[in-house]
Amino acid sequence: MQAALRVRELSKSYGEVQAVDAVSFEVAPGEIVGLLGPNGAGKTTIINSVLAVLAPSSGSIRIGDFDVARQRARALARTNFAAVYASLPGNLTVVQNLRFFGLIYRVRALSRRIEELLAQFNLGSFQDTKCGVLSSGELTRVALAKALLNSPRLLLLDEPTASLDPAAARDIRATIRALARDGDCGVLWTSHNMYEVEEVCDRVLFLSRGRILLAGDPRALPREHGVRNLEELFISLAREPLAHPAEQLA
Amino acid sequence: MRLEPVAAILLRQWYLLRGSPVRALPMFAWVGIDIVLWGFISRFLNTVSGAGINFTTVFLGAVLLWDLCGRVMQGLTTAFLEDVWSRNFLNLFASPLTISEYVTGLVLASIATSVIGLTVMLALAVPVFGLSFFALGSHLALFLAVLYGFGVALGILASAMVLRFGPASEWLVWPIPALLSPFCGVFYPLTVLPQWMRGAAYLLPPSYVFEGMRALLAGRPFETLPALGALALAALEIALAAWYFVRVYRRAVRTGLLARYSAETVS
Repeated sequence: MQAALRVRELSKSYGEVQAVDAVSFEVAPGEIVGLLGPNGAGKTTIINSVLAVLAPSSGSIRIGDFDVARQRARALARTNFAAVYASLPGNLTVVQNLRFFGLIYRVRALSRRIEELLAQFNLGSFQDTKCGVLSSGELTRVALAKALLNSPRLLLLDEPTASLDPAAARDIRATIRALARDGDCGVLWTSHNMYEVEEVCDRVLFLSRGRILLAGDPRALPREHGVRNLEELFISLAREPLAHPAEQLA
Repeated sequence: MRLEPVAAILLRQWYLLRGSPVRALPMFAWVGIDIVLWGFISRFLNTVSGAGINFTTVFLGAVLLWDLCGRVMQGLTTAFLEDVWSRNFLNLFASPLTISEYVTGLVLASIATSVIGLTVMLALAVPVFGLSFFALGSHLALFLAVLYGFGVALGILASAMVLRFGPASEWLVWPIPALLSPFCGVFYPLTVLPQWMRGAAYLLPPSYVFEGMRALLAGRPFETLPALGALALAALEIALAAWYFVRVYRRAVRTGLLARYSAETVS
């Protein structure tokens, strides 16, 4: 089956600084891949490159059949994202934002799709409220509704539950898991909540200094490296960002 | 180019105007004040001058046309700045929206808002001050096309400047029409300008419009060729401004500025 996302030898440098260094990975349809790493590891650089708002220094990115550099609009038509640092315009209401982005993504039967998403994310009572006055949790739900407008085949989520209470976060995790399972949507998920990652992700990539240090099943990796849980593994890797972390941990 | 994304940009402007009367006010308030001010100045000059010139048509007509050009530029720039102010670049440029669709949407939004401004100006200038706007006849369509074209070129250029130099540079772009007006000969013939200013005036399509307008009102023959040349010049300047915008956008994607633009807006 064709990968939802295929990243090959992706590198990005800013002068002397190597933000991402020859990173390669894939996300299969229906798979949730966690992109983990300390601040400055290169996670956002990778996400921005996939979203075509940052040009890589070298390497290639394919979303489904489409090369992001050469077929940007077609690649992004089947992609969407939600990130804590990309809130929707606060001067438009929830419905206006969804209609605006729905037209940009050319969503068919847009009114019906908006109604579905308002119901799915329990946003009906806020539909005519300007996004600027919503709480951070409500804003996160609107951002996720926008991210699902076009039923994407690739979904990029940058800390999607950071502003949510535990109950709402659990609902969102269930929604995303169902979307991946039933809709064949590949998901690239970043989070600093290792318990969440362990619960949601099928596979994780540990990133440090722009390179992938480890990859594997988040439930098996801690045992394989002699630590109690994913959080301990994360801390070990973050403190010792060396070329061969497995040897350091052994 | 696809219609829906262009319609989205237009729809967003409509939502903003509908939801905030403060945004709608500048579309007609400033141009209205200009018309009232210059209407009375023209009326006064008509009473004290024995030069046989109808100042209402010469001055008020010029103010109206120049304001229109400025409104087109500001309408486009304001629509672009809405995305700066609401930190919306990442959402927009990480979507399938193409640059040509985005800029086309901005241009159409600007044309729509400037038509409202033009209507208000005419509603004041014609009945209240007796401006014979339509005395310019069929040439008026050509004049309007040139001014719209130049306003669009300025708006795209101003938006590119904000994208290139950051949100603070918006203060550099607002005075652009005022800076250009001495070169365009809005109120006087180009012959009064020193040679170097006249050289600059020949690169500005509105200068041909105001020269043509004065010739028509003075009963002199209207030269069609320079006016058509002005239209071609305006089209060329739109193309150059669009090329510059794309160049700035590509640079922003290469350097990472586009992805960080929101954060820089916050700081």
